[in-house]
Amino acid sequence: MEGMVNQLPIGLSIGAVLLLIALGLTFTFGQMGVINMAHGEFIMAGAYTAYLLQGVGFLVALPVAFVVAGVMGLILERTLIRRFYGRPLDTLLLTWGVSLILQQLARDLFGAPNVQVASPEWLRGGLGILPYNRLFIMGLAAASVVGIWAYMNRTGQGRRMRAVMQNRRLAATSGIDTGRVDQRTFFIGSGLAGVAGVALTLIGPVGPTLGTYYIVDAFLVVVAGGLGQLRGAVLAAIGLGLLNSYAEFWSDASLAKVAVLVAIIGFLQIRPQGLFFVRSRALT
Amino acid sequence: MTALPVSRRVLSGRWQGPAAFTAVAVLALVVAPLLLEPFRLGLLAKYLCYAIVALGIGLAWGQGGMLTLGQGVFFGLGGYAMGMYLKLNDAGGDLPDFMVWSGVEKLPALWKPFGNPVFALAMVVVLPVAVALLLGVLVFRQRVRGAYFAILTQALAAALVILLVGQQGLTGGTNGLTNFFDFFGRDVAADETQRGLYLLVAVVLGALYLGARQLVRSRFGRLLLAVRDGEDRVRFLGYDPATVKTLTFAVSAGMAGIAGALFVPVVGIISPALLGVVPSLELVVAVAVGGRFALAGAVLGAVVMGYARTYFSEELPDAWLYLQGALFVLVMTLAPKGIAGLAAAVVRRREARA
Repeated sequence: MEGMVNQLPIGLSIGAVLLLIALGLTFTFGQMGVINMAHGEFIMAGAYTAYLLQGVGFLVALPVAFVVAGVMGLILERTLIRRFYGRPLDTLLLTWGVSLILQQLARDLFGAPNVQVASPEWLRGGLGILPYNRLFIMGLAAASVVGIWAYMNRTGQGRRMRAVMQNRRLAATSGIDTGRVDQRTFFIGSGLAGVAGVALTLIGPVGPTLGTYYIVDAFLVVVAGGLGQLRGAVLAAIGLGLLNSYAEFWSDASLAKVAVLVAIIGFLQIRPQGLFFVRSRALT
Repeated sequence: MTALPVSRRVLSGRWQGPAAFTAVAVLALVVAPLLLEPFRLGLLAKYLCYAIVALGIGLAWGQGGMLTLGQGVFFGLGGYAMGMYLKLNDAGGDLPDFMVWSGVEKLPALWKPFGNPVFALAMVVVLPVAVALLLGVLVFRQRVRGAYFAILTQALAAALVILLVGQQGLTGGTNGLTNFFDFFGRDVAADETQRGLYLLVAVVLGALYLGARQLVRSRFGRLLLAVRDGEDRVRFLGYDPATVKTLTFAVSAGMAGIAGALFVPVVGIISPALLGVVPSLELVVAVAVGGRFALAGAVLGAVVMGYARTYFSEELPDAWLYLQGALFVLVMTLAPKGIAGLAAAVVRRREARA
């Protein structure tokens, strides 16, 4: 019983990290149909930003990592992905090529072995079974969700973003510059991956392949939550985080992954489009 | 027409395909074994194994529009089925060596039937096909498709690797199954056996290629293309796209299984690192480089990428990942139809000029 309670903050913080990663993916996937495999490398970029800024202060690393990863995403969107709209499966392979290059670049810049980022003083220790660092990650994810929600529902840019997501062509005929909206979405989504990278330095070492560990699970969150759905991403990420940590607790790590995958395929039998989706009469 | 010399007549029109196939077959079956030293011939055999997987990917993705990122799973199932038989055969009634090292005392029930060669060889095809049928029925019936399907197959590859690594006593863990000695009564490491294996791989690849080509040209193949290009329209015409896709996916899985089983004696190992997310994706990219819409392009891509990998990791190990990444980016941006697409464009241009 005690083990079960101890597992709760672990599951929730894994869910929080997955949520930070999946938020970016679900919007770039939902709005532009882009499957960005290089998203994992934006996480890595965020984590290395935190590594480089160790002396400066942890809280400074968060906005810097957001901008670093966001700009990387923007460059990727402008130079390559822009040419691929409407070919989602091709973007997957294209961005995988980009991710290989970025991984090797990280290896050349920072070396192949993992590096450790020292957690700041004020995040050591904890409240009972709740370590501060995991609490901080959950808080970060919650703040990001609130921020995204406010952006989407309370700003003009967010309204345009929702319009493009619902119906790109209609939005374009209404005078919305869809290209600009795509750029902003990509910037914000990639930036959040950078923030997730900073958060990950609190719970583990940083290496060139950091992103690949999380990218598959993050995509599963998108699939289970529904494309471009904020609520769906939140619920699916928490669910997947808990499922992962409890399945690991009850069986072992290797069976847990299989159990999670089976659960998701089972779930898609009931809701093939994920938890939430926009009802429409359109095909596909 | 009559004025054309024989060579031109052979190289154009309906004899073009068979002529090219015969030329490649002669090259692969006669010239390569005579010219290549055993080490290089072994490498080629390995690439041809990958080419069999690529053929399946070409069928599922190029013809059927199903981007499968988990072919490594089926390759692995076939490979492990073969590996388990070879291990038990070598152990001759005792426990396989790695089980002794991991402290397993009794042969696990899962392993027992694999001592029988007929059962093991059947499983090489049956296991991958069964998994693909199950996944296909679950996924395609619910009209889950496109990117969702790609993500699910990728997750399947990731999960299988973690499972194989985790169950060390059962699977050999990270090391996988290796140290084989006897292959159906022959020394597996002998040059003579390896040459025979190479010929076997080449013949199997040729036969599967012809089979796949026939499948694509049949009524079923027409339906498959139609599903790729307009799934809803096919459904409105009264066909069931889910069945077409599931069957094709199962065929491609079976091919990957056969390739895995051939790979084991040729290379001498099957391990999780050979069948995870990255190797599965690399094969998909090889198909893209060769040309996904042509079955021959898929085969060509696997062989070309195999050679490129070996060459560059020998000569410029650090640059290989950059090159590989840059190659994908270039192929996807500039030549989405791959080498086969470029070749077709050249032929078209020449014919237009003539």
